[in-house]
Amino acid sequence: MNNNYAIEAKDFTKKFGSFIAVDNISFTVGQGEIFGFLGANGAGKTTAMKMLTGLLRPTSGRAHVGGFDVWKEADKIKKNIGYMSQKFSLYSDLTVLENITLFGGIYGMRMTEIKEKANELVHKLGIEDFKNRMVASLPLGYKQKLAFSVAIFHEPRIVFLDEPTGGVDPITRRQFWEMIYEAAERGITPFVTTHYMDEAEYCNRVSIMVEGKIMALDTPERLKQQFDSKNMDEVFLKLARSKHK
Amino acid sequence: MVEFKDISKKYDQVVGVERVNLKINPGELFGLIGPDGAGKTTLFRMLTTLLLADEGVILFDQKNVVEHFHFVRKNVGYMPGTFSLYQDLTIEENLNFFATLFGTTIAENYHLIKEIYQQIEPYKNRRAGDLSGGMKQKLALSCALIHKPLVLVLDEPTTGVDAVSRKEFWDMLKRLKDGGLTILVSTAYMDEATRCDRVALIQKGKIMKVDTPAGIIHQYAKPLYAIRGQKLQQLLNILRDIPHVISAQPFGESIHLAIDDKKNLFQIEKELKTVQANVIIEKITPTVEDCFMDLMMNQDEQ
Repeated sequence: MNNNYAIEAKDFTKKFGSFIAVDNISFTVGQGEIFGFLGANGAGKTTAMKMLTGLLRPTSGRAHVGGFDVWKEADKIKKNIGYMSQKFSLYSDLTVLENITLFGGIYGMRMTEIKEKANELVHKLGIEDFKNRMVASLPLGYKQKLAFSVAIFHEPRIVFLDEPTGGVDPITRRQFWEMIYEAAERGITPFVTTHYMDEAEYCNRVSIMVEGKIMALDTPERLKQQFDSKNMDEVFLKLARSKHK
Repeated sequence: MVEFKDISKKYDQVVGVERVNLKINPGELFGLIGPDGAGKTTLFRMLTTLLLADEGVILFDQKNVVEHFHFVRKNVGYMPGTFSLYQDLTIEENLNFFATLFGTTIAENYHLIKEIYQQIEPYKNRRAGDLSGGMKQKLALSCALIHKPLVLVLDEPTTGVDAVSRKEFWDMLKRLKDGGLTILVSTAYMDEATRCDRVALIQKGKIMKVDTPAGIIHQYAKPLYAIRGQKLQQLLNILRDIPHVISAQPFGESIHLAIDDKKNLFQIEKELKTVQANVIIEKITPTVEDCFMDLMMNQDEQ
């Protein structure tokens, strides 16, 4: 498979008994591309993400993530990606610096490098006053920004963001997307799920899963043309509802 | 039907909510709109007698909730933010359990839950733990309604729910409201505000505004425009350096631009057109999200 893609999946499938959660999906994601991975609840997004991050073995099909084979090199995939979700992010009973050091260490970074980058990071986020305080004491908006920064602290090729902005206030939500853009400019590939359809517009390309299959994949602009819709919300409704009971 | 009077609550030194005053009328679908950590759950937990306020009084059907906690618990239907039913009981067993707790039966109040429950009834022997998110939500709502509550309290029922299911859920609430039920619902999705009769916008423990969605939008005083072009990021960077610009925020496929005075639009348009000739600017009505951000920025300045 082509090593220039951040992610490359071909006929990727997962069955649970007779239930096909992910049904022969094929797609590629370019390096540095912001890729939106959309779908209704139960469409198979989480299962697909678990397989791509090396947490779940596929039933059949092929996929390379960061150039590594999901079948044979799941451990290498884990080292070369970042992950963040609304639910799991940081340890609230560790300080800001302890969290950064812990995750940097897990990803095999050297202590000197961690220290240097950690100071840059707290400065950039404007949370120097908080650096020796528990993450629990951090205002929520900062917590999410810190969680994202920690997820890309080891400069992974790909960062998986699972509903990163759920419940976040509207201003922080937009600042968060500016951080996603910055990361993409540095060459990190953000792979994002969201239920905010305005955020789908901020992605370079968007895929929409319906009942285990990828039913649409293109730039937001072309998807809107293809489905004769004025925004992504309409595109999503048309696709997801067509299969809805 | 429900009244919060000068309610404050701290957790250690951290403000949960501060001097909240709210009045919810009988039969109203009332929305508490704000991000995580704004204080929505704290208010609901105090109303449902699960948490004591530090200061202030809450009235439920004109009764003080602290003194009449039995009455409140009997007459409120509460759906917490996290799924709180018994995962190892079936759909029917869960519903039966809640009906029995309140001294009623499924048969007696079936008409109240019929429309919602019928959608999951074919699977009534399935364990709650094995249900999809949407089905769990319908079961939780059925359980919160089975004792014929006076007030239904829903804490972020649509969090993590996809756009299609969210719309269906609000259609369901609308029908419950039309049946005469008073409903208090919280959400972090700003677009859902328009589905409520009245809303309170809440941030950092304080109520910033209470009104109908139309009233909130009407009070937005600045000239607001939508800007469409090729590279929105480029346009944003230019806009943020123009002094007449009060705020420029991405809104999906466009930028929402608030300026100090509409007479300055011409100059802004000229600057944008030097980089993108085909840029489109049109005057728009604000959304509740525009209003929320505007109020947030004012709150931060204070």
